Amino acid sequence: MTSWRNNRAARDARIAAGAGLAHGKVVEAPDATRLLEAVIRPGDRVCLEGDNQKQADLLSRALLAVDLSKVNDLHMVQSGVVLPEHLDLFDRGVAKRLDYAYSGPQSARIARMLFGGKIELGAVHTYLELFARYFIDLTPHVALIAAVSADRDGNLYTGPNTEDTPTVVEATAFKDGVVIAQVNDIVETVPRVDIPADRVHFVVKSDKPFFVEPLFTRDPAAITEGQILTAMLAIKGIYAPYGVQRINHGIGFSTAAIELLLPTFGERLGLKGRIATHFALNPHPALIPAIESGWVRQIHSFGSEVGMDEYIRARSDVYFTGPDGSLRSNRAFCQTAGLYACDMFIGSTLQIDLQGNSSTVTTSRIAGFGGAPNMGADARGRRHPSEPWLKAGAEADPDSPAPLRRGRKLVVQIGETFGDKNVPLFVEKLDAIELAEKLNLELAPVMIYGDDVTHIVTEEGVANLLLCRTAQEREQAIRGIAGYTDVGRGRDRSMVALLRERGVIRRPEDIGINPLDADRNMLAARSIKDLVRWSGGLYAPPSKFRNW
Amino acid sequence: MEDLSFHHPVRERAGGIRQSAIVGVVASGNLEVLVERVLPDAECAVEIKTAAMGFGEVWSAVIGDFVERYSPGGLKFSINDGGARPDTVSLRLAQAVRLIAGSDR
Repeated sequence: MTSWRNNRAARDARIAAGAGLAHGKVVEAPDATRLLEAVIRPGDRVCLEGDNQKQADLLSRALLAVDLSKVNDLHMVQSGVVLPEHLDLFDRGVAKRLDYAYSGPQSARIARMLFGGKIELGAVHTYLELFARYFIDLTPHVALIAAVSADRDGNLYTGPNTEDTPTVVEATAFKDGVVIAQVNDIVETVPRVDIPADRVHFVVKSDKPFFVEPLFTRDPAAITEGQILTAMLAIKGIYAPYGVQRINHGIGFSTAAIELLLPTFGERLGLKGRIATHFALNPHPALIPAIESGWVRQIHSFGSEVGMDEYIRARSDVYFTGPDGSLRSNRAFCQTAGLYACDMFIGSTLQIDLQGNSSTVTTSRIAGFGGAPNMGADARGRRHPSEPWLKAGAEADPDSPAPLRRGRKLVVQIGETFGDKNVPLFVEKLDAIELAEKLNLELAPVMIYGDDVTHIVTEEGVANLLLCRTAQEREQAIRGIAGYTDVGRGRDRSMVALLRERGVIRRPEDIGINPLDADRNMLAARSIKDLVRWSGGLYAPPSKFRNW
Repeated sequence: MEDLSFHHPVRERAGGIRQSAIVGVVASGNLEVLVERVLPDAECAVEIKTAAMGFGEVWSAVIGDFVERYSPGGLKFSINDGGARPDTVSLRLAQAVRLIAGSDR
């Protein structure tokens, strides 16, 4: 007779195999590897929670130490490949196949291993895309997750860095998978229940807290005059005319400069309350002066940021917090918010080509996509109107009748024409294309496609690509703000002059900005210490950012 | 190290009466510009000592645009460059003109 409950029976067998090592659900840390050998089968799809910030580091080490005759050829499905152990798994043969989204610190090594054939690559995803596949064709058999604390029943408190955990657990626990959590502490009662106990099968107490990196802290002391100038151009040339209130900011220094100019430059322009009121954004400290000055009404976050816990607790009008008072972040929901409920994405990139395609891939580094493509893309399923969305749509398509015209999300690339070590931002051909050829990929890893980009801002001005009517106009609009790069010096001067007359290109003087006014004194905070002062002492920067 | 030198005829004399001024610092990615009012009113000269080799064409374009835009007649610029980006060079040159014109503080 056909059985329709095979997966459930298999899950029960896995749990039974692990139960011998547990007291209730609790397993001692030294037994973690034996637990994984009991529960995981060769070839399993395993999500080893590697988020953008939080890492299940104890379970990573435990998995790396398994007996290869019991556990091998795993298919890893995790958003972040961040720890060295994540790749050691492939070197050792514990894992074989990989589907992921982001590999920041491991980007050079992952490129080498892909070239060397050590990793069988499924695909590089955006966060939302990988999360979506957890529910369709990449559902984990076993999820190895990280939480701050658990009670004896297995209720989990994930703390401010909830990040991907609810999504991973939802996909695994409700499709006959096994969920194993590492926790910093086992407590009588958890401060709040982020993951209910009936979705958690084993809990391992770690001897030290899980690893979290302060990824999003930008020291205002390192912001340059060039970044201040581009930030001024963005505020006065884009935020103001479109009236953009709902925003996702990237994590570079240019957007940090924008945040630090709101209470000074933005205030003088009379923009308070009219722009930059709602954010999909991590709680990074550069926004503290704007919050304290009353600019920001609400922020939903993908994850948290080290040192911001007490500030967030004290500002629950602004942040999403639990009954315990601490931040509740959620990457899947925040990515969705950034995609559908924000009118603008603004961020930096490493390379932009003549069509406006951008990429952070170089031939020796594959950093993955993370969330930027979700934020930096027009949401074709969006149906609610807003002033900036309608205005951008009208600029792109002035001839269609308004009731049938799609709006457009503002997708803004901001940067200086030359980056670190004088490497040009603008290129004829993306390194991503060369990489795709070398690795035989069907798709070049493009971060944001040119047809989604609406504006590019450099120190030379703002290019409004919505107003370009031909591919040639688009190319010259990009060349026209590419400064002294080869791409910029290859411009057709007469065509660029015409585009400037039409307002496709706007120079600083066209926007009423004197580049000589771009001065560090305009920043609301010029150091990490200034940020601490703005926060009333609530922001506690990690030691690497303390120089006093 | 590379030495570069540019001479341009200029439409008009730079404003102000200060005889010299200095802006910027010699540091990686930055530059120091010394400007002196020592040339005839219709001339401008730029002398560059740069740490980065092989950027003569870019310097030529940056200096050409600068002279066209600010008409710095009578001024000699001496640049000590620590590999600054072109946009930083443009900014420092503009700052130097403003400073010697005396409109700055």
